[in-house]
Amino acid sequence: MTTLLEVKDVKVRFALGGGFLSSFGLGATSYIEAVAGVSMTIEQGETYGIVGESGSGKTTIARAIGGLHHAQEGSILFNGTELRGLRESEFRPHRKDISMMFQDPIGSLSPRLTIKSLLTEPYKIQGMKDRDLDAEAKRLLGMVGLPADFASRFAYQLSGGQARRVGVARALALDPKLILADEPTAGLDVSVQGELLNLLAGLQDKLGLSMIIITHNLNVVRHITDRMGIMYLGRFVEEGRTDEIFANPQHPYTLALLAANPEPDPDAQLARIELKGEPPSLIQRPSACEFHPRCPFVRDNCSVGDAPIWDTSVADHAHRCHWPGQHSAA
Amino acid sequence: MENDILNIRDMSIHYSTPRGTLKALRHVNVSVPKGKIIGVVGESGCGKSTLISAIIRLLAPNANLASGAITFDGKDLFGLSEDEMRGLRGTDISMVFQDPMQTHNPVLTIGRQMTDIQYRDDMTMEQKTKRAVDMLTQVGIPDPAARLNQFPHEFSGGMRQRIAIAMALMARPKLLIADEPTTALDATLEVQIIKRLEELQADIGCSILFISHHLGVIAELCEEVVVMYAGEVVEQGSVREVFHSPQHPYTKALLECDPGHIKEKTRNLPTIPGEIPDLVNIPAGCAFAPRCPRVFDACHTQRPEWTRIKEGQHALCHLAGKEAVQ
Repeated sequence: MTTLLEVKDVKVRFALGGGFLSSFGLGATSYIEAVAGVSMTIEQGETYGIVGESGSGKTTIARAIGGLHHAQEGSILFNGTELRGLRESEFRPHRKDISMMFQDPIGSLSPRLTIKSLLTEPYKIQGMKDRDLDAEAKRLLGMVGLPADFASRFAYQLSGGQARRVGVARALALDPKLILADEPTAGLDVSVQGELLNLLAGLQDKLGLSMIIITHNLNVVRHITDRMGIMYLGRFVEEGRTDEIFANPQHPYTLALLAANPEPDPDAQLARIELKGEPPSLIQRPSACEFHPRCPFVRDNCSVGDAPIWDTSVADHAHRCHWPGQHSAA
Repeated sequence: MENDILNIRDMSIHYSTPRGTLKALRHVNVSVPKGKIIGVVGESGCGKSTLISAIIRLLAPNANLASGAITFDGKDLFGLSEDEMRGLRGTDISMVFQDPMQTHNPVLTIGRQMTDIQYRDDMTMEQKTKRAVDMLTQVGIPDPAARLNQFPHEFSGGMRQRIAIAMALMARPKLLIADEPTTALDATLEVQIIKRLEELQADIGCSILFISHHLGVIAELCEEVVVMYAGEVVEQGSVREVFHSPQHPYTKALLECDPGHIKEKTRNLPTIPGEIPDLVNIPAGCAFAPRCPRVFDACHTQRPEWTRIKEGQHALCHLAGKEAVQ
């Protein structure tokens, strides 16, 4: 397999409302580090899952890869080309290869444009004037299993599942190599979710796409991703092969997430782990292990001293915990 | 029936649209016993929202009640005047909405909003504030007195949803309608919300109508479940009976689709082939017939009856009770 995307130590910062002086470059500008050093490698044809709670930086890292946020540090190598630091005009040619499916399926479709215009807009932006737009719209709708007469509809006339399919079709328009899908199944019921995931898997097999899927649905991650990373406060706390992480979780946050995934069986024995409190603020990150204020298994050295190291000693399964794997309900 | 806080009998709601009459709900039967948590599941477009709007009588202007009735706490809801209905909303029936980011007024403090909704109560401002503080404590908001002065954007999504629950339960309603309250939240926050709902329900003793896509949450939280398909209630029964021996082929198919059930990793998840019927041109007979694996002749011509399977389990299927759907 060839490596399609290599992300190394990427950091994305957002300035916090600087005062009057900061507009002249004076005074201290404070910022939050929404993505605080994320590394991952995606092979061609692979699916990578990013899991974590809202505010953990999942969407920000995806948008940084897609060129919608500027990453201040690190490297984003796509097909051997450094994408970080490119200007908008330099990035635009790469948008053919990296396409995004946004979180809100209906909100990401303009209410004023027909589905045909929405689907064929990428060709206009990329200056592909030779395309037969009617035929392209029909082809794309066919690929995602929607009838051709949808071309003349508007976004508000679609159901949630149909809007997602239009989102997939639009992402496919320029034959991308990588699709970034932000919460592709949120709000869908299970059968429509199954259809959408099967569609993505089928398209991936047919077209050899790589995908990054951002989700908090662990059932989705388990079935369709090859590798996964679990994010907390802008960093991975655990990363590796999906089957390996599910079989042998090392970080207590991973454990809590796995336990928060109830089985659809009223007689199932649930061993849920309730995390204490709220996700901490990115402005004041907790000392030492950043998970310690909420960790149900916290011990003395978790709150003071050194942060836990990013342990990569086991191939395909890295983690960041002082006491990896030693978590019992004590 | 006497034990029901809410009882919906044979209710049909139609919308008049440019394309014709859209039959959003057809002959729906739902009963919500006092003090129980009832789950409602079904695909998008199956009529869950119309059902809720009908219960709180906030139907769209183009909707009309084609048949049936809703009895709430012994009162015929559609027989009430608008004033009487307004008296019920927020006191006896209250609601938690799907999106905690848009439930609150962004320009008023949480404290102002929580005292405002007590406008009916004859209490001093201090008493109202104290009640708001108590309620926030119950849903686990730390330092509630100080946080009353904060605005919605200063709270996280999970906190906002817990505040919404606190507000909905402040009047100690008889029925709480929770419309996918955890859909917009992460798995770990979902656990928190569900635990709070369980505790508060036990404390207040209200009934909850809990709408969700998430079969695992329904299995954990609810005692009974109502399954809806294309504007009809196709099955209602205890969670254990419905999940372990579903009587309607749609229920069975829906349960099989849940990836939580599938232990082996697969790239080909089960789905229910076909599409929901067009609610303007509903096929004669059973609405699920075009997608049903057990379809036979009568399904295309005759509408199935709401059949009692056993105490507390009903299904809308020609095969219901005749033989195991398994």
